[in-house]
Amino acid sequence: MQRKLILSSPLLEITISRLCQELIENHQDFTDSVIIGLQPRGIFFAKRIQEELLSITGKNIPLGQLDATFYRDDFRRREPLKPNATKVPFLIENKKVILVDDVLATGRMVRAALDAMTAFGRPDKVELCVLVDRIYNRDLPVKPDYVGKKVNTIDTEKVLVEWKEQGHEADRIWLITK
Amino acid sequence: MQKLSTRHLLGIKDLTPEDIELIMATATEFKEVINRPIKKVPSLRDVTIANVFFENSTRTRLSFELAEKRLSADTLSFSAAGSSVKKGETLLDTVNNILAMKVDMIVMRHASPGAPHYLSKHISANIVNAGDGTHEHPTQALLDSFSMREKLGDLAGKKIAIIGDILHSRVALSNIFALKKQGAEVMLCGPSTLIPRHITELGVTVCHDVKKALAWCDVANVLRIQLERQQIKYFPSLREYSLYYGINKKMLDELDKEIVLMHPGPINRGVELTSDAADSHHSIILDQVENGVAVRMAVLYLLAAQN
Repeated sequence: MQRKLILSSPLLEITISRLCQELIENHQDFTDSVIIGLQPRGIFFAKRIQEELLSITGKNIPLGQLDATFYRDDFRRREPLKPNATKVPFLIENKKVILVDDVLATGRMVRAALDAMTAFGRPDKVELCVLVDRIYNRDLPVKPDYVGKKVNTIDTEKVLVEWKEQGHEADRIWLITK
Repeated sequence: MQKLSTRHLLGIKDLTPEDIELIMATATEFKEVINRPIKKVPSLRDVTIANVFFENSTRTRLSFELAEKRLSADTLSFSAAGSSVKKGETLLDTVNNILAMKVDMIVMRHASPGAPHYLSKHISANIVNAGDGTHEHPTQALLDSFSMREKLGDLAGKKIAIIGDILHSRVALSNIFALKKQGAEVMLCGPSTLIPRHITELGVTVCHDVKKALAWCDVANVLRIQLERQQIKYFPSLREYSLYYGINKKMLDELDKEIVLMHPGPINRGVELTSDAADSHHSIILDQVENGVAVRMAVLYLLAAQN
């Protein structure tokens, strides 16, 4: 197994603040905007975005975490995934939802998340923000609105995002070859 | 993710401690689901479940039906009253006929101990035991454990008293297995005629003084006197039973600690519990009912994943 660094800690910080500037451009004062991080790993990225937006704009945007395990389309077709906690302490009815995940690959998790979100209301608009977009891995027509970094990977490669919050020594993104 | 070690839920006896942990962890997430504005997930969309009840039930049956619906399964319900069982059809024939209609899972309650175990040897569908005579009632024990863990956290070292008609209770036996597997201490309390001989071989203690049991325990799980299963007299009168083994609010208030009061239902108010005790702040009886749906969702979800 080989691992190659594709985004180091300083660059990751720049990427996050660039994504936040793009979000500010589209959401302006963030009235009616909410952020939802996707379990299991998108929640760390979502928290970073929320903190960064708070320090730039002074706005504390509501943050939720959503687990889409029970909405997956591969249940009973492969080993089940472990469900994680869902905490969406607000309704998304008529809100502009910024859906946040770390890596976008097949798009199946995003499809499940769109489905899972409807349990909390009908959003006015949903945008997708991902840190890494594995551009040629898509199974479904899903296109992100905000992309940290595009990578071109093959099936035997995997993207791993490490956060300090998970106990890693630094924030880093790796490309792993099996 | 880990899987259950079994294809059927026939009894707690067959589960490993890891199975119990997996069910508890999954039920926690389902409890969040059933408290959402929209309380339904599509996980079991392509699964059909038959609820086959050869014995009366309110809570368990409604709870299973609701759990199935919350998981988007297709369900059909069958009760022995008004069916061809009355015309002499055997259990296996009845179930095979239901399965011929392409059913994936069977939730069964039966008056004969071992009925679901027998079925599991002859059919391919997943079976969930919803109570077999005086033997086991695994989902009740799981929801009891889930409710206790919500109140007390980890059950290892916790003291649980099971009070009442132990002899006729499938809830008691399943609870003993479940609690011992989670490292809890279990005491049984009731008149000696209602405590099975040799039960201490399961690693439990026996006590005949309900006040002592209450003073000892962190949780009191009180069981109903099952008059319908008692062929002979086990105690002189309900009034006498209630005097010696009934629990009232005064007894709970006199304790120098807070205990949790549970009951699997249906309660015979004024027999094993007085109304003021059953409705007191000690009681988590209605939490047990809410948790029952979440726990049954977890069981059905994890068993469906086995295919």
